Amino acid sequence: MRAPSSPSEIAAGDVLLAAENISLSFGGVKALTGVSFDIRKGEIRAIIGPNGAGKTSMLNVINGFYQADHGTITFKGVRRGKMRPYEAAEFGIARTFQNVALFRGMSTLDNLMAGRTLKMRRSFFWHILRHGPALQEEVEHRRKVEEIIDFLEIPHIRRVPVGRLPYGLQKRVELGRALAMEPELLLLDEPMAGMNLEEKEDMCRYIIDVNNHFGTTIALIEHDMGVVMDLSDRVVVLDYGRKIADGAPNQVKQDQAVIDAYLGVAH
Amino acid sequence: MLYREAGQFKTNYFADQAVFPIRQDRIGVAIILLLAFVAIPLYGSNFLLQAVVIPFLIYSLASIGLNLLTGYTGLLSLGTGAFMGVGAYACYKLTSLFPGVNILIWMICSGFVAAAVGVVFGLPSLRIKGFYLAIATLAAQFFLQWCFVRIPWLVNYNVSNAIEVPQRMLGDIVITGPNASLHTRYFTVLIIVVAMTWIASNIVHGRIGRMWMAVRDQDIAAELMGIRLLRTKLLAFAVSSFYCGVAGAMLVFLWYGGAEAETFNINQSFFVLFMVIIGGLGSLLGSYLGAALIFGLPILLRLLPDALGVPMHSATIEHMSFLIVGGLIIIFLIVEPHGLARLWQITKQKLRVWPFPY
Ligand SMILES: Nc1ncnc2c1ncn2[C@@H]1O[C@H](COP(=O)(O)OP(=O)(O)OP(=O)(O)O)[C@@H](O)[C@H]1O
Ligand SMILES: [Mg+2]
Repeated sequence: MRAPSSPSEIAAGDVLLAAENISLSFGGVKALTGVSFDIRKGEIRAIIGPNGAGKTSMLNVINGFYQADHGTITFKGVRRGKMRPYEAAEFGIARTFQNVALFRGMSTLDNLMAGRTLKMRRSFFWHILRHGPALQEEVEHRRKVEEIIDFLEIPHIRRVPVGRLPYGLQKRVELGRALAMEPELLLLDEPMAGMNLEEKEDMCRYIIDVNNHFGTTIALIEHDMGVVMDLSDRVVVLDYGRKIADGAPNQVKQDQAVIDAYLGVAH
Repeated sequence: MLYREAGQFKTNYFADQAVFPIRQDRIGVAIILLLAFVAIPLYGSNFLLQAVVIPFLIYSLASIGLNLLTGYTGLLSLGTGAFMGVGAYACYKLTSLFPGVNILIWMICSGFVAAAVGVVFGLPSLRIKGFYLAIATLAAQFFLQWCFVRIPWLVNYNVSNAIEVPQRMLGDIVITGPNASLHTRYFTVLIIVVAMTWIASNIVHGRIGRMWMAVRDQDIAAELMGIRLLRTKLLAFAVSSFYCGVAGAMLVFLWYGGAEAETFNINQSFFVLFMVIIGGLGSLLGSYLGAALIFGLPILLRLLPDALGVPMHSATIEHMSFLIVGGLIIIFLIVEPHGLARLWQITKQKLRVWPFPY
């Protein structure tokens, strides 16, 4: 496991991640054009914009799944151009997906345990025996995972293969799997899409709790404006791959460019 | 409510992380072990041992090997036969070159040789999946089989161009070769298979098994969680080929007593794949059930006409078992990819609530 080259400790309120001048294109399609913004430690940062604005692409660049054509990402003071996804995970970036991407054949418990993979260190030899250190480690991590299961109120589905769960619960398990990584930065791609009101309220509560109790910094993509206004500290707005606004929720809401983008005014 | 967990409270996560948390399961395993170690050798006929139980055990091990790769990691392989062959030829070469070292050690070491070969042929798996990977492993199958035929060094330049299993001892006991007793071979196979099943079960229930399944179910999400795809897949290829290699070595040294390149042809690969599909992808128990069905079915079919008093030609019986196995494969592929193992789980679930419908 490789640690960040010079991990500087970041105090709450300082910049945790800075994206500078990020551009990304697929063939002729420009998904992102010169986007710069930052995420401060401890905040909930919303990323909004109409469909196809490039929000998901932005998250994919942050955790290394896409390589930006231009621009850099600075995370915890370490500046990078290129990075592999597993490196992002090692840096402490976890995420959930717009279309649930759980390990469908595995139980809730195993999904969350899989989230602990990076933190487990016992060698293959001990795993062969499943004794001593390997079992010890397994139990330690199980304890941590059970805390998350309690926190998300899903003990009843512990042993259920997640493919059989209803959609709302799958989203919750996916959040749990990301939390199991104990990330420093949590990227949530439309965590409430397709949920009913009650499920949305629960999810909001979990997000706020994660932010408050664990101090996890969160970047959140969400279409529901009410949710964005309630949850987020700051909002960045994308449209056609460009940043068109950035600021406090109230401020952004009144921004003419944002109103135009959402109303579909021609550019 | 024959099968229930009520009243069995786990007081800690040690107990709950156990492989068999339910008491009835543990009793079941104990009974099976007792049968295998005591009842079968005491009461089983020579025919039963030689024609049914020994091959069943060896093929169960090969199925476990393929299942680790295909069922747990989601990488389809058609090279099982060749990887078994690598184990057999490696064991033959090793024991010919170093006859002083115990044959059991060489059987295990031949697994390592097969693992190394498996890793080489697993390298394309980073870029290709599914059907295309299956074709790549098919190439491995043909290439390796070509080696078995064309490299006479592998068979010590025997004129027969075949492996001729030499006599090897453990202390005073003859383990391999024509003079090895049936019971010695049976116990050797049994001990190796039981030990390796235990190890496989340990692996799939821990971090490594979860990594494999994560790659199988959602490789992108797995990678974004810090699981390195290539390493994980290659480890699966290595462990899988190790199991197939040891199974191949046992097949030749403890069952056939000799083998030529044809033994490890593509049919062998499909044979093992069928067991995995019928038994259940992603289940160790399924590997056993699949092998049991494929070896048990022809025997049942042979007994059935006698019992019913309808005489039947042995060729007819063979054809019938082909038909039934083929039909089962289609049914399982379409209806229940988790195979017999899943049916067993459903039965257990029913027993748990029996006699109530829910
Ligand atoms: N892998 C890809 N290949 C080709 N084009 C892509 C790919 N990923 C994204 N795009 C394109 O990039 C643009 C931005 O897509 P992205 O998914 O980032 O939008 P989004 O803001 O997340 O939209 P939505 O609200 O619908 O989720 C779209 O035009 C999309 O078609
Ligand atoms: Mg999106």
